[in-house]
Amino acid sequence: MSTLKQLRDKIAAGERTSVDAVNSVFERIETIEPMVGAYLSLYQGQALEQARAVDDKIAEGHVIGDLAGVPIAIKDNMCTTFGATTCASKILENFHAPYNAHVVEKLLAADAVIIGKCNLDEFAMGSSTENSGLQQTKNPWDTSRVPGGSSGGSAAAVAAGLCSGALGSDTGGSIRQPASFCGVVGLKPTYGRVSRYGLVAYGSSLDQIGPLTQDVTDAALLMNVIAGHDERDSTSISEDKAPVKDYLADLETPIEDLKIATVPQLNAGADASVQKAMDAALEVYKSQGAEIIEIEMPYFDYAISAYYVIATAEASSNLARFDGVHYGYRSSDAQDYVEVYSKSRDEAFGQEVKRRIMLGTYALSSGYYDAYYLKALKVRNLIRQDFTKAFERADCLMMPVSPTTAFKIGEKTDDPLQMYLADIYTIAVNLAGVPGISIPCGFDENNLPIGLQIISGPFSEDKLLRIARMHEKETDWHLRKPEVQ
Amino acid sequence: MTSDYKIVVGLEIHVHLATKTKIFCGCELVYGDMANTHVCPVCLGMPGSLPVMNKQALEYSILTGLALNCKIAPFTKWDRKSYYYPDLPKNYQISQYDLPFSENGYIEIPAADGSTKKIGIIRAHLEEDAGKNTHTLGNFSAVDLNRAGTPLLEIVTEPDMNSPEEVGALARELQRIVRFLGVSEADMQKGHMRFEPNVNLHINRGGEIYKTPISEVKNLNSFRAIERSVAYEAHRQYEEFLDTGKTLQMGNKRTYGWDDDKQMTVLQREKEEAHDYRYFPDPDLVPVEVDEAWLNEIKSRLCELPLQMQNRFMTEYGLNDYDAGVLTADRATGMFFDDTVRQGADAKRVCNLLTQTGLKLANEKGVGVDNLGISAENLAKLAKMVDSGDVSATASTTILEEMAADGGDPMQIAESKNLIQKSDAGEIEALVDAVLAENAQAVEDAKNNPKKAKKAMGFLMGQVMQKSKGQANPKVVSQLLKQKIG
Repeated sequence: MSTLKQLRDKIAAGERTSVDAVNSVFERIETIEPMVGAYLSLYQGQALEQARAVDDKIAEGHVIGDLAGVPIAIKDNMCTTFGATTCASKILENFHAPYNAHVVEKLLAADAVIIGKCNLDEFAMGSSTENSGLQQTKNPWDTSRVPGGSSGGSAAAVAAGLCSGALGSDTGGSIRQPASFCGVVGLKPTYGRVSRYGLVAYGSSLDQIGPLTQDVTDAALLMNVIAGHDERDSTSISEDKAPVKDYLADLETPIEDLKIATVPQLNAGADASVQKAMDAALEVYKSQGAEIIEIEMPYFDYAISAYYVIATAEASSNLARFDGVHYGYRSSDAQDYVEVYSKSRDEAFGQEVKRRIMLGTYALSSGYYDAYYLKALKVRNLIRQDFTKAFERADCLMMPVSPTTAFKIGEKTDDPLQMYLADIYTIAVNLAGVPGISIPCGFDENNLPIGLQIISGPFSEDKLLRIARMHEKETDWHLRKPEVQ
Repeated sequence: MTSDYKIVVGLEIHVHLATKTKIFCGCELVYGDMANTHVCPVCLGMPGSLPVMNKQALEYSILTGLALNCKIAPFTKWDRKSYYYPDLPKNYQISQYDLPFSENGYIEIPAADGSTKKIGIIRAHLEEDAGKNTHTLGNFSAVDLNRAGTPLLEIVTEPDMNSPEEVGALARELQRIVRFLGVSEADMQKGHMRFEPNVNLHINRGGEIYKTPISEVKNLNSFRAIERSVAYEAHRQYEEFLDTGKTLQMGNKRTYGWDDDKQMTVLQREKEEAHDYRYFPDPDLVPVEVDEAWLNEIKSRLCELPLQMQNRFMTEYGLNDYDAGVLTADRATGMFFDDTVRQGADAKRVCNLLTQTGLKLANEKGVGVDNLGISAENLAKLAKMVDSGDVSATASTTILEEMAADGGDPMQIAESKNLIQKSDAGEIEALVDAVLAENAQAVEDAKNNPKKAKKAMGFLMGQVMQKSKGQANPKVVSQLLKQKIG
């Protein structure tokens, strides 16, 4: 199975047609997808048409985009004018967006072939994709286990070879954690690096779109396409403040005198296998001359509490629009407009979504605002400062992505709090808005992949990718593929 | 009504800003079009859509804030105000909560005694308007979102008004101000401006002050309705107090609607405990920093305000309060008047030409007086022609009408229409002599019959005018007749 970039190069060089690539991915989907359940919708006809158009372009010697002809999947919380945009929720099961998300426009402009839209935890709320209101996605490495979440469909599709690369979204770890569980690369860019226009919002101040790919090079390639200012998103960073870089340009060049910070206080909670894999990864860096320092992140421990106040507060407001009035599911036995709201929402939202709406509504209520929301914002600032201080001392932070490897389907569904706590390593990164990447760094005793998380300063994705590539070059974890059964 | 109480009124005012596009998207602002034809994913509140601030809306707001003597905040932000209603697509309204762009100002309104009164402005903030629900489809209601996302300036005054007339004066003055600034069409019928008075009474009983519960009055779509509703509420509250003795502490704030047919307020709802809008900063929008340079740039767009202009017309040009008010109803009229007077014409003459004929013609044409096709130069020329006796005041109306119809120079029009008055005493004297010779009886009456003298003089005057084909200057004719009959 070739990587995204390898396939792209072959197609561009005329060694392989896009039609052939798309056909073979759909052949694989036909046999493997029923075991994985990564996709909520597939667009074979449209994809082949697009592929043909790309092939024609190449044959006629036209200029082609950076992703010409390669089959890409996107998470189903990004709006497309084709098919439905469901967010894996019954409330949007039949919602057809009248416009394309910014990243979809970018993919299409780069001549990528979007083959399907992937499953997720409903409205991206969850860490296992078990909260999907529409379908259960399984981990390609062990189909009795979860793929992680919320971008579980995207991660599983990449791991199982059901697309060449995918886009996910990350609010509290939703790209990095499933990447780790599925043994692929997942990058959450700096908040503001990729436009959120057309991404159905969960926690607006935390959400960020990023790539899930087979290797670091592919992540850089996808970033080249999707990163950049968009005037339709006020939180998107302007070019003069943080110019987009060519993330492929210096990818192979190691960072000289790399200084890595670790946070010993955090490691206690991780499984032994995870800890071991991380130690091994640090050795890889050491062997390349990197210096490892140990630092403290005093406010890190409060990240989960702050996150579940801020994210749910924003979500309670963001999801208010799903009310059965203008679009989406409407209860058939509502007698007045208040019932249109209450019954439609009651019947179509899943348990976890309702729980988070309740949490957020409570946190914003008069009399509680100062104690919860305002306090959480203060904690968020302190966490940001923790990171700022860390990056004064080191180029990057390294820590696990998740304390465990992929768990069994159903294992944690009865204990939402335990599920929340598993996000300990990823959530602070979203609160601080900095970029973080998960790269494969080993396997546990059950042959389940383990991810290493690398975190760097704001808008330093170029450096982050180079650091990730330093490890990847010396290891072969990313080359192992699951035998889906 | 006894006068042992004081009316206390504060206003909550909403003004639609006349920006080209909506406040957070690129949709055009159009009134009265087919439902849902000026909408996009953003103002429809579609999933994944994001708001982007319309800079013009904020600049219009700041300009108004400056005109209302408000302090402009160097840092302002956007908040979400949550409530569920079908005309609010996101089920939250983007508004400003604890950091409005401006606060702490005042507006001067004309007072009954000819002076002015300052009414405090607590704050002014910017927000998006909702759509409109209609209930004309039987079992279903329909939602029109053309209006959703219209920039709405909310102004809250101190409870400084103490009579229906003062409330009306403030409303009219604010309309004049926003029109002068060009930030709103401010048409109440079209809903560009909405006024919601909060009314109560301070009743004096043996030196003790009793405050009645506050009523908020809605559905007011004319200045008259505003004044009448306040007067009605005052009366109703007084009666209620006599009846029940209820005071502010004992009752909740209530919302009344004005029924224009019945000319009365109707209770809509007792306000439950304060609605929990769950305000929080909108994470989709970045806070706005208004720096010195930007603020100064906006300040430079401030113009002379209506009340200042009105006062200047009175002191500088000697106009009376009423005329000065008419001429400053809108800025274009005031400036046109000003320009004309600056051409050296007499202010009162120009004022008469404009208020007696010009405004009527403009109304008929549905344009402003500045757009009648008459230049300030030509209007000044006409005013001078009247003053010098070249044309009569009556003829000036005809000339002005002609100027408005076809443009052109007033002197040429007067000549071509034979409207130039003859003031040459020699020429007129010949006519007078002829008339005196032909009408011996009338001359006799005028001279010696006190009973008929006045009538006879009028008759002779008419004869001379007729002989001159209406072109003799009546002043000169009258002088000559008096001389000769003596």
